[in-house]
Amino acid sequence: MNVLGMTQMSDPLTHAGMGRELISFRIGSQEFCVDIMDVREIRGWTPATALPQAPPFVRGVINLRGAVLPIVDLGSRLGLGQADPTARHVIIVAQVQNQIVGLLVDAVSDILTVTDDMIQPTPDVASEMVRNFVRGLLAIDGRMVSFISLDRVLPEKDLEVAA
Amino acid sequence: MSKTILTVDDSRTMRDMLRMALVDAGFKVVQAEDGVHGLEVLAGETPDVIITDINMPRMDGYGFIEGVRADPKHRAVPILVLSTESSPEKKMRARDAGATGWIVKPFNSEKLVDAIRRVAA
Amino acid sequence: MDPMAEIKATFFQECEEQLVELESGLLAMDAGDDSSETVNAVFRAVHSVKGGAGAFGLDDLVHFAHVFETTLDEVRAGRLAATAEVVKPMLRAADILADLVRAARDGGFVDPARCETSSAELKKITGIEDTAAADDDGMDGLVFQPMQVALPPIGDAPASGAPDLDIAALLAAAQPEPEPAPAEPGGWTLTFKPKAELYKKANETVLLLRELARLGDVEVELDASELPLLPHLDPEGSYLSWNIKVRGPAPEGDIREVFDFVESDCDLTVAPIGAEGEDASGLSADDVAAIASAEAELDIAALISRAQGGIAETSEPVGQSSEQQPAPVIAPAPAAPVAAAPAPAPAAAAPPEGREAKAAAAAATIRVDLDRVDRVIDLVGELVINQAMLAQRVTEAGMARASSVAVGLDELEQLTREIQDSVMAMRAQPVKSVFQRMPRLVREVAAVVGKQVRLVTDGEGTEVDKTVIERLTDPLTHMIRNAIDHGLESPEKRIAAGKNPEGVVRLSALHRSGRIVIEVADDGGGINRERVKNIAIEKGLIAADAALTDEEIDNLIFLPGFSTAATISDISGRGVGMDVVKRSIQELGGRISISSRPGLGSTFTMSLPLTLAVLDGMVVTAGQQTLVAPLTAIVETLQPRRADVSNLGDGARVISIRGSYVPLVDVGLSLGYRSEPLDAEQGVALLIEGEGGRRAVLLVDAIQGQRQVVIKSLEANYRRVPGIAAATILGDGRVALILDIDALVAASRGTEAPRMLQAG
Repeated sequence: MNVLGMTQMSDPLTHAGMGRELISFRIGSQEFCVDIMDVREIRGWTPATALPQAPPFVRGVINLRGAVLPIVDLGSRLGLGQADPTARHVIIVAQVQNQIVGLLVDAVSDILTVTDDMIQPTPDVASEMVRNFVRGLLAIDGRMVSFISLDRVLPEKDLEVAA
Repeated sequence: MSKTILTVDDSRTMRDMLRMALVDAGFKVVQAEDGVHGLEVLAGETPDVIITDINMPRMDGYGFIEGVRADPKHRAVPILVLSTESSPEKKMRARDAGATGWIVKPFNSEKLVDAIRRVAA
Repeated sequence: MDPMAEIKATFFQECEEQLVELESGLLAMDAGDDSSETVNAVFRAVHSVKGGAGAFGLDDLVHFAHVFETTLDEVRAGRLAATAEVVKPMLRAADILADLVRAARDGGFVDPARCETSSAELKKITGIEDTAAADDDGMDGLVFQPMQVALPPIGDAPASGAPDLDIAALLAAAQPEPEPAPAEPGGWTLTFKPKAELYKKANETVLLLRELARLGDVEVELDASELPLLPHLDPEGSYLSWNIKVRGPAPEGDIREVFDFVESDCDLTVAPIGAEGEDASGLSADDVAAIASAEAELDIAALISRAQGGIAETSEPVGQSSEQQPAPVIAPAPAAPVAAAPAPAPAAAAPPEGREAKAAAAAATIRVDLDRVDRVIDLVGELVINQAMLAQRVTEAGMARASSVAVGLDELEQLTREIQDSVMAMRAQPVKSVFQRMPRLVREVAAVVGKQVRLVTDGEGTEVDKTVIERLTDPLTHMIRNAIDHGLESPEKRIAAGKNPEGVVRLSALHRSGRIVIEVADDGGGINRERVKNIAIEKGLIAADAALTDEEIDNLIFLPGFSTAATISDISGRGVGMDVVKRSIQELGGRISISSRPGLGSTFTMSLPLTLAVLDGMVVTAGQQTLVAPLTAIVETLQPRRADVSNLGDGARVISIRGSYVPLVDVGLSLGYRSEPLDAEQGVALLIEGEGGRRAVLLVDAIQGQRQVVIKSLEANYRRVPGIAAATILGDGRVALILDIDALVAASRGTEAPRMLQAG
């Protein structure tokens, strides 16, 4: 899927020239944001039940009011190294297509209201992570915030034999 | 005030058709699913005409008609038998049981309303 | 939706129900049940299909149903015995009827030759050649002619307030009626003398006269000459008669049809006007009226005053229709005695309101959207989890078991369980709906392969979750097909083996320890193990020198790519093998096994969970993870001794249980929760029996206890996980994984099924 510029085409808000709201959060020293429309809720870290033969970025599953919710260590998923979750860590519960997934991040920092012309195209860099997840970049108060797409945070549905 | 017609038929299809035809013709319709149910409904209803099927589980049309005619409250209600069975012996049997008249299936609304008019005051 | 289309949809739905009734009734008759109840139910089913089909102009269906019905009527009337020669063709006819219904519904097509053959078969049984035509004529004769005349306002007759009917005035009005001019068009002169019977059946002279008035100009003369004096009058007797002239072009048939309902309850003569003299009675109209008024003067007046209400009610429409007629219609009141009958008065007095409310049928069932039921099931699942969490908190808070809070919680738990059971029961349905499809299948398959087969079903009322039922049809269909095609021998072989040429396939269901067990058994030759083994070797499924037990050989038929038929018949050519059956059963959380005895037959046994929503599990710990093992798979728990465990080859371990070696599966290790094998003596062993009765031991760290758990999908938000069947939520609010025991065992033996068998 073309992650660059795709949203500008498909998002009705864009056509109206209105702003969109993004939730920004921190993993290590980097800042990221996702569309607030994809976020269901934000909750504190609770230990997850480990899943056998799961990729390292899948921390396991937790109980979200009766639903079994997989937890993705977003830092690990983005290649920034595994988190060592504490009570201060945060889970962003997000809707990804028709599934609900929990994203483990260090902290939520802000809600940003931006217009699409503020979103800069992602520069060509070699990182596969960037190509797979980063939709664009924002400059907020002199900091760089990566606007990421969640479409590929979960491993493929098809059973890949681990190892 | 419109006339009330009680229909007694075990077939949902027939009940639906009767209801549609009768409501369209301006009647009020109450329905029962077999003879036993029909007599139960009559405990709380005073229809102007009864239309009943013959072949029904629990209590067939003959039994139902006899039941109605034995009830002082309903014995003068006209009863039309609705049946695909049109042989003279079947008609005789229905008449012997106390039916006022009959309607042969398949019926259309016109036939139905006609038959009701013929027996309804 | 167009109301007619909606009714049609209802009709087809109802047909399906009737067809089920029909088949099960016929099968009961085939089994010797000749009770009138059964025969009547069967008759009614066909009759009902025919009735509805007629309404929708489905002529093919009507005609076939009619022939069928005629045969059934003979049986119902006791003129024909329900022998096999009679019932078998009827079963075939039922199949065709079903096809015709479906063709009518889905726009398909049924080979007319099949219908013809079946019709002929049925007609031959009864010896009734063609009743259809005769009966159709009968119907046609009864069709009421559509009228051009505006309908009388039936709708509001009683409401408009019955006008006071004055019989004397009506009689007087009759008198000035001029004699018809001879030039008038033809017509009919009638004499009509009702019997008391006519009134008992709620027929009314006034209504008959009203009908006649629709056919032409009517003159009516009342003949009250037979009216006795009041003391001699039977209030329900009939004393009056009428002389009627109907002028107009109406044919005699139309005139007689008016009296169709009453023809046996009256004396009626119909003659053309003038043909037998205008005054059949020998009296002029004046004379009749005079007689009537003279003789009845006192008595009628008295009767009228008594019966005023009743008469008024019944005679009002006449006045109205007379206004619409070119010539005044003079209608006398209905016979006074009838008017005096008590019935009509209460009818008129009935309260107009509240009728419909009372009419609501006392329905025993309601239809509910499955979504709604499932929503309740989900919520109850939440409730169970919450209750468990609460109980755990109470324990953690150190409250005594006897404290009122703890006792209250126990009661809550009890209640929660009951709610859960009741809610689950909403989704439960008898397996009947699946079993009922099988007789037809058996007939068809038997016909194709040329075998004689009797299907015996048992336990049709056994209930199981709707989803399980829906997904049971395909595997069951295949197994039955398989039982007939491969299981049963040909009639010749059976005779040679000293068996009844008719083979028996038995389909049964029963509840056993919280699961439903469904068996498909045949009394055929049993599995030819030599052949099965050879085929498996040929196809490279097993090594040529593999030493297999009988049971293992039998289980080879479940391997993918295995087909036992030496010649692929029509039936088995439908594409699926027993491996597919096995997989679909497993997907339902079920197991399938086979047992076979040479010469005596084979039995396939399926064991399925009653619901896909909850599971009885044993909560265990493995590598610090809490896991749930389905209780149904566990045969026993053991405390292994180190001496019982031996290493076998590359990392595999076996454990000796009462002298036989069983593979040991280290759960923590298999799932990657532990990197080093668990010392068997430090753990607990669960002896399990997987599919096909194969045994293994699961080694876990500890057992926490047994409990019922709510099954939660892992796939909804994640994906399938090898070795894990599903997830659940425990009392501490954490997710625990439910073990997929068969997968674990298979994985520990190597993923390839054939190798797995060889190892055993």
